[in-house]
Amino acid sequence: MVDLSVTLSGLRLDNPVIPASGTFGYGKEFAALYDLDILGSISFKGTTAGPRFGNPTPRVAETPSGMLNAVGLQNPGVDAVIAEELPALRQRFHKPLIANVGGFSTAEFAANCEKLSACDQIGIIELNISCPNLHGGGKNFGTSAAGAAEATRAARAVTNKPLYVKLTPNVTDIAEIARACEAEGANGLCLINTLLGMRIDLRTKRPVLANRTGGLSGPAVLPVALRMVWDVYEAVNLPIIGCGGVSTAEDLCEMMLAGAAAVEVGAANLRNPYACKEIVEQLPAVCERLGVDHIAKLTGGAHS
Amino acid sequence: MKQTVMTLTSRRRLTADVFELRFAGDASAISRPGQFVNIQLPERFLRRPISVCDWGEGTLTLICRVLGAGTKELCEYAPGTKFDMLTGLGNGYDVEASPRRPILIGGGVGVPPLYGLAKALLAKGIAPVVALGFNTADDQFYVEEFQALGCETLLATADGSAGEKGLVTALIGKTGCDYCFCCGPTPMLKGVYAVPMLTGGQYSFEERMGCGFGACVGCTVHTSGGPRRVCADGPVFRREEIVW
Repeated sequence: MVDLSVTLSGLRLDNPVIPASGTFGYGKEFAALYDLDILGSISFKGTTAGPRFGNPTPRVAETPSGMLNAVGLQNPGVDAVIAEELPALRQRFHKPLIANVGGFSTAEFAANCEKLSACDQIGIIELNISCPNLHGGGKNFGTSAAGAAEATRAARAVTNKPLYVKLTPNVTDIAEIARACEAEGANGLCLINTLLGMRIDLRTKRPVLANRTGGLSGPAVLPVALRMVWDVYEAVNLPIIGCGGVSTAEDLCEMMLAGAAAVEVGAANLRNPYACKEIVEQLPAVCERLGVDHIAKLTGGAHS
Repeated sequence: MKQTVMTLTSRRRLTADVFELRFAGDASAISRPGQFVNIQLPERFLRRPISVCDWGEGTLTLICRVLGAGTKELCEYAPGTKFDMLTGLGNGYDVEASPRRPILIGGGVGVPPLYGLAKALLAKGIAPVVALGFNTADDQFYVEEFQALGCETLLATADGSAGEKGLVTALIGKTGCDYCFCCGPTPMLKGVYAVPMLTGGQYSFEERMGCGFGACVGCTVHTSGGPRRVCADGPVFRREEIVW
């Protein structure tokens, strides 16, 4: 009997499988297909202060072994999330949630974190620092150590919940950013967010996405994510939620061996709505094949 | 929504780039005309959403136009091939809201869902007028199929090579209809929406989709009721909901 449980900053998860923010909504569509309580946790749709429509369409495009999205943080705003989405989600899922928090200023990060931290359903705050800082010339918080530190500091000041910073891969040295978050009191890190990409429509000779660029996800990014999880594992003493291109139980185990304590599954949910369920079901057999009786023992196992 | 495996049973070329594909399998999740299925292709990451043309107990008919590499592959598979599909997606047309004599307006690959709709309306004793628009005579398909249902079927082509010359919207005036069900490219939908005598109707929209079942919110449009997902809240929106 394989023990699939993992622990993130004192929070015990029944297994390391977590649907990634933005690919699972608030679980409603998936709850019609399977019992969500088989999951370790759920990282629900990124939340901003006010309601957002997001970017104009088209905002998704296919790529070789993956997809681009430029949804642009469509969500009903933090107050509506707390008043409507979380009570509905409580009926579908009975474990602590991961709240993915967006923000376009340090003040917005702080306000959103404070409100969501007050919800007993939330187990972990996942700070999405891949947002443009409107007070910092529009540069993404997550693309500099100083910006990442600033956002982390703002969130840390208002929450006692475990604070995980979700890192963007669109940087020169992700280890440096990870260390900056650790120095500001982050309890953990989540990586990677999507990689910036583009496709051109040959009929119109223009970018497919109305936003021109979008975030690449899917199996194409798995090796990039593995490499970055590896680098960050070497750089900091924080638990890592690995994310990027995981579609199978084997992929998930690779991510844990690279250094992840738990793993988010994103784009795979969109191609196969049963992806997370299938991974949970296949994990015991894969662990047995790998010769581990407790999946948590895989974390960092690839490092000598 | 139901995930199921369907087997391609026949493939018929309708025009140079449009194919009718018939499948056998579990079609039980399809409850309304105007819904769609999302088909997984072995070499493609995202599924391909295709509107349901017709369905029955254990059968499904789709009409697919070759638009890119994925749809080209889909139209080249041999009968016997099995496909993983998400079925019964989208809201579909509400035939209960139909008046006694609606007009069904379709343009190009917007025509297929109107066939299943016509059958559903006829089953309720409603005789729709059907107006179909294509670019040229060579692009037309399913005109005889609508006629075989007993529907009054009007045809327009942009170059006048079949039926009336011009846009499908030009056919609406003489029918006297004031309620439409339509499906086609966005410029056609806008043209239909602008016809003054059509005071009510249901419009099927198209957007690039990620998942097709509401999770990724890639296909959101503005409506009078706020942001709505074309895949899960649509693809059919009532006239009153539409915000261009």
